Amino acid sequence: MASVCFYFQVHQPSRLRRYSVFDTDTNYFDDYKNAEICRKVAQKCYVPSNRLMLELIRRYGKAFWVSYSITGVAIEQFERWAPEVLDTFRALVDTGQVELLGETYYHSLAFLYSREEFRAQVEAHAAKIGETFGLRPRVFRNTELIYNNDLSHFVQGMGHIGICAEGADHVLGYRSPNYVYRPVGAEKISLLLKNYRLSDDIAFRFSDRNWSEWPLRAEKFAQWINEVNGNGFVVNLFMDYETFGEHQWADSGIFDFMYHLPEHVLRHPDNNFMTLSRAVQTYAPVAELDIPHMISWADVERDLSAWLGNAMQSNALHELYRLEEPVKAGGDPQLLHDWRRLQTSDHFYYMCTKWFADGDVHKYFNPYESPYDSYINFMNCLDNVRSRLRR
Amino acid sequence: MRILMLGWEFPPFISGGLGTACYGLAKALSDLGAEILFVLPGGAADQRLDRVRVVSAAERSPGRTFTYWTVEGLEHVELVPVGAAIQPYVTEEEYLEQRRREERAAARTAGESAQTRPPALDPMRPTSLGLTSGPTIYAGDLFSEVHRYARLVAEVARQAHFDVIHAHDWMTFPAGLSVAALSGKPLVAHMHSTEFDRSGLSVNQRIYDVERAGLHGARLAVCVSRMTRDLVTSRYGVPEAKCRVIYNAITVNGEPVHQQCQRIEKDDKIVLFLGRITMQKGPEYFLAAAKKVAEVMDNVKFIMAGSGDMIKRMIELAAAMGIGHRVTFTGFLRGDDVDRIYEMADLYVMPSVSEPFGLAPLEALSHDVPVLISKQSGVSEVLVHALKVDFWDIHEMANKIIAVLRHPPLQKTLKEHGAFEVRKFSWADAARQCLDAYQEALQGAR
Repeated sequence: MASVCFYFQVHQPSRLRRYSVFDTDTNYFDDYKNAEICRKVAQKCYVPSNRLMLELIRRYGKAFWVSYSITGVAIEQFERWAPEVLDTFRALVDTGQVELLGETYYHSLAFLYSREEFRAQVEAHAAKIGETFGLRPRVFRNTELIYNNDLSHFVQGMGHIGICAEGADHVLGYRSPNYVYRPVGAEKISLLLKNYRLSDDIAFRFSDRNWSEWPLRAEKFAQWINEVNGNGFVVNLFMDYETFGEHQWADSGIFDFMYHLPEHVLRHPDNNFMTLSRAVQTYAPVAELDIPHMISWADVERDLSAWLGNAMQSNALHELYRLEEPVKAGGDPQLLHDWRRLQTSDHFYYMCTKWFADGDVHKYFNPYESPYDSYINFMNCLDNVRSRLRR
Repeated sequence: MRILMLGWEFPPFISGGLGTACYGLAKALSDLGAEILFVLPGGAADQRLDRVRVVSAAERSPGRTFTYWTVEGLEHVELVPVGAAIQPYVTEEEYLEQRRREERAAARTAGESAQTRPPALDPMRPTSLGLTSGPTIYAGDLFSEVHRYARLVAEVARQAHFDVIHAHDWMTFPAGLSVAALSGKPLVAHMHSTEFDRSGLSVNQRIYDVERAGLHGARLAVCVSRMTRDLVTSRYGVPEAKCRVIYNAITVNGEPVHQQCQRIEKDDKIVLFLGRITMQKGPEYFLAAAKKVAEVMDNVKFIMAGSGDMIKRMIELAAAMGIGHRVTFTGFLRGDDVDRIYEMADLYVMPSVSEPFGLAPLEALSHDVPVLISKQSGVSEVLVHALKVDFWDIHEMANKIIAVLRHPPLQKTLKEHGAFEVRKFSWADAARQCLDAYQEALQGAR
């Protein structure tokens, strides 16, 4: 049996505007740029991809299932600037074959700094998903697949039945990501691991002409999935939804690839597609997996170094979470929302200085000329938050 | 490979920015086994310079009539100072003093009053001697020196064997062109700075013409940055295919910095400007940003180290802005004083209006001082771990200065990465690229 579990991440950060130390207003976010990017990505990726998925569901009926995780900050932006994205997502959810995962509303690193804040954001996200789509998330993915044992215990306590993590070599060792695992010491929650080779073949290598497997066709990819048969039960393909049309442009053939993939996967009688909660309910965990240290899906290190790799990042995060108590005590809802939007992990990703191995990805997503500029800008905003607290 | 290298400065005969670059390049070429005959203007060198040794002409080669020198550590380099017009000088002060004496003598002879005396020459950059606005008598002097140098170089060249001619900056271009014409060897013209960098838009036509002739007459033009290459192609009409960008470098000696000195005042943060105080270096933008910083921070001092034709105006400007007590002018610093000032500094700022390369930020980084540099500099094309700003954007300049002073993790990250990155700039790489350029020039010659 090989059950293909697609999970697509949908996220857009609220990018900061150029905020100098001399600025005193409280508009930290660049609404013009955020709207522009949101509309552009909607048009290049979200809308055509959603239409494609809808078509696949209509075509294959109960044989095609997918999962999404949509951040609260992304939904807010769609509401303001690209409502057609939400409409098409609603149409997908209405088919009953789409699952929505739970995560932090603000795509934040809150779990690392404040459990209380983390819980509040997960609940806020679940409420937003319920209000927008009428669903209740049952499987959890943390920001950038940041994961350790503690996290699985914590979200198990919040009622989740499954959780996602990176199938990193250094935690798996000889084991395969193509099975369902049990986090060590947990009873009610199962662990789904990303098959990073197959996922990254689509997400990163698809249009790479130097790649020995280029051009990647659905037929070939389905063949690789078939090879999992007898060697595992699930193939977890986790990736950014922006892979379709934004990271891999339409002219690379990525949409055609996706259009033809179900046909070739389903040609093998033992293959099928599943949502993540269905996979968790179908397959019993084969073993316990002990992951005491934080892992993530980022960069070659698969650790926290993309957000916490230098003194600036660590300083910015500490200074930010140091304000939790006064911000919450102050009772100003706008200030709380601003402070929370500053928690989005992207702000710290922009401050990353280890460009040498992962330079391309970091540069592509970075609205700043340098990590130093992003740190300065962020700290200026934070200074202003502090001054609002003093008022 | 034997190279006839033509330069205007070479330490220890003089050590301005151009001299430092020529030294670094010549040493690296020498280490790679290339032989260099370096001709520079000057008379007999000072015997007190212990690193320099006279080689009698006869000892080297019987046919030679010039005095040859060798410098410790430069195995394959011979120096030939030519022309008695410029006395050798070790320091700027001595040189200036000498010029002042000459000026006074000239003024006495001419019966002129001291008030109408033209500004003193700046030896660090002979090309910016107020040639654009200053009295033409000095321009005349410099041009006649340039041509006397060219004649003498031709003499040296007749007695020497070499494969290519490598000329550094416009003062040596006439010499390079004439030797190329006489010997048939290819000329490589090296642009360390253009007239547009030095003078903005009030260009001295004569200098421009010399630069243009040199660039067009050369087989290849070596530019110290893409910015310089773009000037060379757009302003001088040199085809891009003829240009090679070879960045300057720095010698990191790995010696520990001095620890014994005391900070001026322990509580004060120090922001440093170190360079010539001239239009090209943008000192007024530094002061304008300093004023903005001073408005929001108390414990900051600004140091302007260096001399130049705008120093008086800058002192007055600082006073007029009401930040006179926050800005210290040290005058020209050298040796240990430079090390000490770097050690005190929390941030080095280079607000240059147009900087073909900009070695100083690399020096600051090698002294563990983070840098804020203008985007209008060649070094900003290659330096990653630096803060960058448009020279005119004093608002952003102040924003970044404040950030470095307020947030120690920023300073720390810049320092750590910068100290590492600066080791990437190696003269050996530049020398290898020069050797490639020579090969290309030679192939083109056949």
